[in-house]
Amino acid sequence: MSSVLPLGITLSPLARLDPRSRVLAAFAFAVGVVWCQSVAALTFACALAAGLAVLARLPPLSTLRRVLAVEGFMLLTLASLPFTMGGEPVFTLLGFAAGGDGLHRAGILLLKSSAVLLATLALLGTLDMPALGHALARLGLPVRFVALFLFTVRYIDVLHREYARLRLAMRARGFRPRASLHCWRSLGHLFGMLLVGSLERSERIDAAMRCRGFDGRFHLLDEHRPGRLDWGFGAVQTASLLLLAVLDVW
Amino acid sequence: MSAHLFQLRDIRFGYDPDHPVLDGVDFALTTGERVALCGANGSGKTTLLHVMVGLLTPSSGSVVAFGRERRCEGDFHEVRAQAGLLFQDSDDQLFCPTVAEDVAFGPLNLGQSRAEARRAADDALAQVGLDGFGHRVTHKLSGGQKRLVALASVLAMRPQVLLLDEPTNGLDRDARARLLGVLASLPQAMVVIAHDDDALAALTRRRVILEAGRLLG
Repeated sequence: MSSVLPLGITLSPLARLDPRSRVLAAFAFAVGVVWCQSVAALTFACALAAGLAVLARLPPLSTLRRVLAVEGFMLLTLASLPFTMGGEPVFTLLGFAAGGDGLHRAGILLLKSSAVLLATLALLGTLDMPALGHALARLGLPVRFVALFLFTVRYIDVLHREYARLRLAMRARGFRPRASLHCWRSLGHLFGMLLVGSLERSERIDAAMRCRGFDGRFHLLDEHRPGRLDWGFGAVQTASLLLLAVLDVW
Repeated sequence: MSAHLFQLRDIRFGYDPDHPVLDGVDFALTTGERVALCGANGSGKTTLLHVMVGLLTPSSGSVVAFGRERRCEGDFHEVRAQAGLLFQDSDDQLFCPTVAEDVAFGPLNLGQSRAEARRAADDALAQVGLDGFGHRVTHKLSGGQKRLVALASVLAMRPQVLLLDEPTNGLDRDARARLLGVLASLPQAMVVIAHDDDALAALTRRRVILEAGRLLG
């Protein structure tokens, strides 16, 4: 809705797409990339994802940080692959030979993860959570699942505030985390209290919902229709994925 | 036809059978009437409101609402649309990500179309002075705004009665004044739990006190 944005801010081209188009595009892209095996195709996929990131106007620095954070998680796997997969030795490190097969496989993994991550950040990362939930609902995901997702979005903040309040009250009475039995027991009480509090809150929410006529069915208020932009984007996306497949087979 | 919106007779209820919270409560509310419900902490004020809309089932006694005796969960669906309950903690009441969705939740449950529900939501938001708040994210609102949105979500169902559970609780002076102004402008009959808020009690004509499980007029 462009009407709700402050003056002077224009939407990125991706933001004008129907959220459903973005979910479908992200899913199709991820499946396509995971299926690819050739370096050429995956390099092309990375270029596509980078293009999407530019279209979504992702901030370069923080995006890079996020991508690196995920690559960091995979570091151990990536670093150990060349030494465990065998194949023609390319170089040796501390007497261990790094095989060509493993190196190749590590490179492919790196390309795949970067492409999928970047495209997901561009397509879904810029979508606000309620919009994502509604898009999933309209794509036919079970309403219960979507409701659970939306409840989580709504109440994670309430829970966090409750946690912060309890933590503050503990500190106000001189609690300092230490490796002692007292400390562990107190933290146990804190989380127990949070759990009981959440359960009671969920009962009150349920009561409040029943007061407003809730009968187990969720109705969605907003209605989107895919426009020309969505069909155009879908066509370009399909063509790109076909090209990806051709590159991969070739 | 009786002008009574609610008529409660000899209501008994206890969370623990040895300590009844309500021990023979009689209460009647007529059209357009405004009643302040007072009493100490834990005297059962909230419990009484919850019994009125069927969220709690009394162990004995009868609840007659809008001309019919109400016994089971199904009986109370209609009552809840007619008698809007405002909860003490607005975070319990507002569960949708955006304000518009939350306010339209009730009307959609009543079977209204999306366009009708949207209109009802817009009207209710205008009634509490929050025009144009529809797209705002619920959990980012201030406490006062949350309370007003919760009130709008109740008003959107166009109830005849408002049951307000300490509506000014936890609000600062400005937010309180604003809420009191909105409440004074509404035509509905009301039962207001007014803990020790004189301004709130001033909205009402009658005052009843819950003490030792009984209602004193």
